Amino acid sequence: MTDAGRHPRIKVLTLSEVKDVSGHVGDFDVRIIKHARYVDESACTACGECAKVCPVVRPDEFNMGLSSRKAIYSPFPQAVPSAYAVNVDECLGHNPAVCAKCVEVCDKQCINFHMSDEEIHEKVGSIVVATGLSPYDPTINDEYGYTRFENVLTSLEFERLVNAGGPTGGEVIRPTDRKKPKRIGFIQCVGSRSAQKGGNYCSNICCMNTIKSTLVLKEHDPDCEVKVFYIDIRAFGKGFEDLYSRSRRLGVQYIRGLPGSVSETADKNLSVAVENTVSGKLEIHELDMLVLAVGLLPDPGTQKLQEMLGLQLTPDGFYLEAHPKLLPVDAATRGVFYAGCAEGPKDIKESVTQASAAAARAVRLMHKGQITSEPITSLVLEEHCKACGKCAEVCPYNAITVDVRKKIPAQVNTASCAGCGTCAAECPFGAIVMNHFTDGQILSQVDAMLAENARDKVVAFACNWCSYAGADYAGVSRLQYPANVRLIRTMCSGRVDEKFIWEAFAKGAPVVLVSGCHIGDCHYIDANHWTEKRVAKVHKKMEKLGIRAERLQLAWISAAEGARFAEVMRRMEKLRQQVTEAEIAFTKEILSKPKK
Amino acid sequence: MTEPTKNIQAAAPRIGVFVCHCGANIGKVVDVAAVAEAAGKMEGVVVAADIGYACSEPGQQEIKDYIAEHNLDRVVIGSCSPRLHEPTFRQMLISSGLNPYLLEMANLREQCSWVHMNDSEGATQKAMDLVRMAVSRASLLYALEEEILPLVKRTLVIGGGVAGIQAALDLADNGYEVVLVERKPSIGGTMAQLDKTFPTMDCSI
Repeated sequence: MTDAGRHPRIKVLTLSEVKDVSGHVGDFDVRIIKHARYVDESACTACGECAKVCPVVRPDEFNMGLSSRKAIYSPFPQAVPSAYAVNVDECLGHNPAVCAKCVEVCDKQCINFHMSDEEIHEKVGSIVVATGLSPYDPTINDEYGYTRFENVLTSLEFERLVNAGGPTGGEVIRPTDRKKPKRIGFIQCVGSRSAQKGGNYCSNICCMNTIKSTLVLKEHDPDCEVKVFYIDIRAFGKGFEDLYSRSRRLGVQYIRGLPGSVSETADKNLSVAVENTVSGKLEIHELDMLVLAVGLLPDPGTQKLQEMLGLQLTPDGFYLEAHPKLLPVDAATRGVFYAGCAEGPKDIKESVTQASAAAARAVRLMHKGQITSEPITSLVLEEHCKACGKCAEVCPYNAITVDVRKKIPAQVNTASCAGCGTCAAECPFGAIVMNHFTDGQILSQVDAMLAENARDKVVAFACNWCSYAGADYAGVSRLQYPANVRLIRTMCSGRVDEKFIWEAFAKGAPVVLVSGCHIGDCHYIDANHWTEKRVAKVHKKMEKLGIRAERLQLAWISAAEGARFAEVMRRMEKLRQQVTEAEIAFTKEILSKPKK
Repeated sequence: MTEPTKNIQAAAPRIGVFVCHCGANIGKVVDVAAVAEAAGKMEGVVVAADIGYACSEPGQQEIKDYIAEHNLDRVVIGSCSPRLHEPTFRQMLISSGLNPYLLEMANLREQCSWVHMNDSEGATQKAMDLVRMAVSRASLLYALEEEILPLVKRTLVIGGGVAGIQAALDLADNGYEVVLVERKPSIGGTMAQLDKTFPTMDCSI
């Protein structure tokens, strides 16, 4: 921590939040809000005189509310930066009539109530997302009585209690009577591996964390009775099994079965009812203190950042890596890497390993000082351009300039163009060529697909980042669906031109699917809004022509939704079966007439 | 970059199609040899063959030999998802002296053999269609040149927990500027709250 704080090349911005990211790999523009600390970071020596006189007492969140702090405080002794901060919502305010005691006692005069939030702009070439975790709140697991019974703690609260730097100096005492507990229980998988409460995934760290806690307890007091209620113990890592057997050797009891209910006795002890699934018997255990081994959830800010950077999430809400085995720290967005629990629950060693890997990936990207950009960008054919401005309107990156008044043809700034192809799909004059995904190339795929037995096939367009990846994920998960669907990949669903859809119907396709990222998740900021509008437009035209609009479907499928992809394919096949020969013949005929 | 409209009408394409067995991954469900045979008859295809593992070193060498022998100018690979091995095969084209954007892949594994495991016939039909579509698209591909852009040698690390700190230190020690953004008044994250940590039982800070 201190190394990071004093490293000449690391600029640490605390009390800060990333508000906006624009640009692209190699050249991101980042807007950061640094909230006012009201204490001059560089001048403060953390002498603590200010806190002594501060009259406001609040629960200390670092100690999980097990102790108190003042409105001006240092989060913890080893904090970096080593400077106090004012929680302005709690402070009585800099009005001498009201308070300002801290200002009076500060010799260095580093408390300044005129500080305001600062907006900072940074230019960076790559981004590491390490937003961490949020511990599960077990209040809703009412059967365990957390918050109803004071001697039921979460694992993080217990962590502060046994910590030498914690509120009790590392002495384990019960919250109700401050006595040393002699009988302590741990309940595993609270908020993990549950279909009802919390996540249905394993949180990875709780087994070992509990084993560690049992060892610490036994070290403090070899005679104390320690019981662990569990489903199974996952001690899979290096050196883990050793700790587990050490814990058992020291007499910690491992009882297989999660308690059904916890009640409080008159002397504030806890009575735990559990079905021991080894003996098959119902057991009641009386304990002085109970610790809930809570699971890990993604940080609450995850979704906001996901939308800002165009990232993908797993169904659990953690960030989705570009490939689970081969690119485990890369995001699908080039230049963005993941480290730590942001990507999934992991312990310190794994977090550190992944962080080093993310750093190495970022170095690999940046070391040349330049990057090669994929030439999948759009190109304006000036002779066809009527300078109508539609392309510039739809471009999510403002990469197209066009002067509508002076009728100067559109121009693409290839450095800003990300290659979604929405401009090409929207251009009414066919004046934009989307390199590597040209009209001709895509139409030729449609034609080749429907050359024979068109009636039996489901035509599906899928965007590279979400739906096509979702289809791959269905494959990796071996989810089976009808074999008559044929996918055409485009970079973005925004590329799916009306004419591709008409071509498919004209060539006898019974049904057509356009699929892309969920609204808000588009890899190209919001290009899929245009997909939605375009499909609605085609639906209207279909109705006018007497073609059942239902035959064109739009579905949002994320990269993690393999099951949803398979389900959509089954639904498409059902729809296809309902389309009659006569309908197809009629459609082909009406679309073969000039001017649709 | 060549003007695309001109290129599309270039001389008749010389396409090679290579259908990968991926061991049993594709080969067990899809009749790979039949797909390769059907591909051989498609318009523009000069040579078609099935290959055990197209991505392996010997597999790539085999394809490179075909490219040289038949003077191929476009390549279609029927194998896994392009999201997996497109970079591999693009590199292979470069080493054969071809522009990497003259490659097209047909997804015969993730989107065919693995999802139609109990329908060999349907999967084989689909594989043929996917290859036909790829060949048709390949004949219209044209060379593209990558652009070199400047890059800012700085990294933004979002989150100052143990992962963010480690990433920031590694980057900074490698000579890169780092901006480390933390929401709370101090860096440290959850790690700072922990006492002894497993498996070594030492202090976390």
